Amino acid sequence: MAVFKAGTRLKSAVCSSELMIVVAPEGDVALTCGGAPVIELGGEAPAGAALDPSHKQGTQMGKRYTNEAGDIEILCTKPGEGGLAVDGTALEVKGAKPLPSSD
Amino acid sequence: MNLMMILEMAAGAFGDRVAFQNGEDRLTYQQLFDASGALAAKLDDGRTKHLAMLDVSTLAVPIGVFGASWAGIPFAPLNYRLADGELDSLISQLHPGQLITDAERASRLGEKFESPDGADYVAVGSRESLLEAVRSDGAPIREVSWSMEPEDAAILLFTSGTTGAPKAAVLRQKHLVSYILGTVEFMGADEADASLSCVPPYHIAGMAAIASSVYSGRRVVQLANFTAEGWLETARKEAITHAMVVPTMLARIIEALEGQASADIPSLRALSYGGGKMPQTVIEKAMKLFPETDFTNAYGLTETSSTISLLGPQDHRDAMASEDEVVRRRIVSVGQPLPTIEVSIRDVDDESEVSAGERGLIFVRGEQVSGEYRGKGSLLDDDGWFNTRDGGYLDDAGYLFLEGRMDDVIVRGGENMSPGEIEDVLLTHDGVMDACVIGVPDEQWGEAVAAVAVLRDGSDASVSELQQWVKDRLRSSRTPERIEFWEELPYNETGKLLRRKVREALREES
Repeated sequence: MAVFKAGTRLKSAVCSSELMIVVAPEGDVALTCGGAPVIELGGEAPAGAALDPSHKQGTQMGKRYTNEAGDIEILCTKPGEGGLAVDGTALEVKGAKPLPSSD
Repeated sequence: MNLMMILEMAAGAFGDRVAFQNGEDRLTYQQLFDASGALAAKLDDGRTKHLAMLDVSTLAVPIGVFGASWAGIPFAPLNYRLADGELDSLISQLHPGQLITDAERASRLGEKFESPDGADYVAVGSRESLLEAVRSDGAPIREVSWSMEPEDAAILLFTSGTTGAPKAAVLRQKHLVSYILGTVEFMGADEADASLSCVPPYHIAGMAAIASSVYSGRRVVQLANFTAEGWLETARKEAITHAMVVPTMLARIIEALEGQASADIPSLRALSYGGGKMPQTVIEKAMKLFPETDFTNAYGLTETSSTISLLGPQDHRDAMASEDEVVRRRIVSVGQPLPTIEVSIRDVDDESEVSAGERGLIFVRGEQVSGEYRGKGSLLDDDGWFNTRDGGYLDDAGYLFLEGRMDDVIVRGGENMSPGEIEDVLLTHDGVMDACVIGVPDEQWGEAVAAVAVLRDGSDASVSELQQWVKDRLRSSRTPERIEFWEELPYNETGKLLRRKVREALREES
């Protein structure tokens, strides 16, 4: 469990995914990638951490991931094999209709 | 959050693509990343708190934007058309800092500002030497790490000052990053895509275009000094696919194509416009000259980190093809708010929300909305709403129509009237090409309605004819008591009508 802040950069402990918190969840939550708790961008993965086969939806660069309530949003800044989940519930790609370029 | 993260993603995913091009000179995303790091290292002197750039569009501009973000200080692009005296007052707000400008200005301004000791120093350097230093092999690059604090100031933009003394709008990292994430698809551009950028760097659209194109992976071709001929030539030569123009630029492009059936730029898929009111005749002609091109009208303010409302390509086609007057009118609207933006139209006096079709003040809310000026703090209300001070209304389907600045509202005998409403009626007259309506001091009414009209070639519309035209369509109180005919109206270089100048001219004559 950990408390997150908007702008914080994180990485997966078990795959190459890198992330940034866009909308921080309220309070203490368990944010996992590939089934293992995410770690700070410069941090060391704990020994023995392994990708959980049931958390292999993958992350795609430039996609934002959110929960049903929309109170958490995470940007993938580097892709990887693992999938994101908060408190055990998988996050979904935030569907956004592409806008025409205006500037 | 930090704009640098956007560039880091781009350099990581498509580092070899060309990011910016100026003439034959190019920077790939990886080169832009490295040059930004080299600039950030130069800014890391323990005392530089601002990076100002007084220059036209060059490769130094994107390097400045990202290098400043990497160093955690705001980037301040300055209007190179301002007189030296006006510039002094802006630069004095950017102590301590570094100022980059062209070589000629650098040597001239250097003596005035360069006082390397003390807290109020501004070190002046030339763009040429900066570009050489940050692009040279082996230039030291700052450690690949930057503040991710969302509240850091990223860009300071001095508002154009059509109404008063320039003040610096503060755009924080969170506003710009939210805008990009909410409106641009990462790597959404094809490798062959190219956008033609002719909006000056000191305009919000110029700044937003840098971040948007980097995130989408679209090559930007810079055109520093706009001419219609230069624009057309570059668009053809570089196989431009996307371009953004302000209304006066589009009007000049159309003039330059006079007598031709089509613009003959088959690569151009998308043309967006904004930054001022687009005359209906100009956009209609443009759509005929660029039949295969998608048109988008964007409405935004400096304080909202660029676009907040869009009239998209399908809206343009629907309006042009429709028999329904309500749908046809939408060609002069600014479309619908972005999905990430809320718009509320409020009563001018008590600021309560009004219903569709009723005119009022445009309030907006969203993550990208800053509404902050340096030294004045945030102008957002407790619920996060920003009063744009633009007047307008929403139609039944949620299309937003602009009616001009509320500061321009005419108060005649206690009745508020919007110049835009009267101008729109004048512009529907066949003989009128352009119009400006203002209030002039009046002993009896407080203010009286005055108009300046630009007639089309061959039109012989008279003052009484135009007065009758307005009277037949609006209340008689809105009929201009005075109408003058001018050759043209004064606009600034980014297409904003300078009502202040019209007001001054009419005051001098009366």
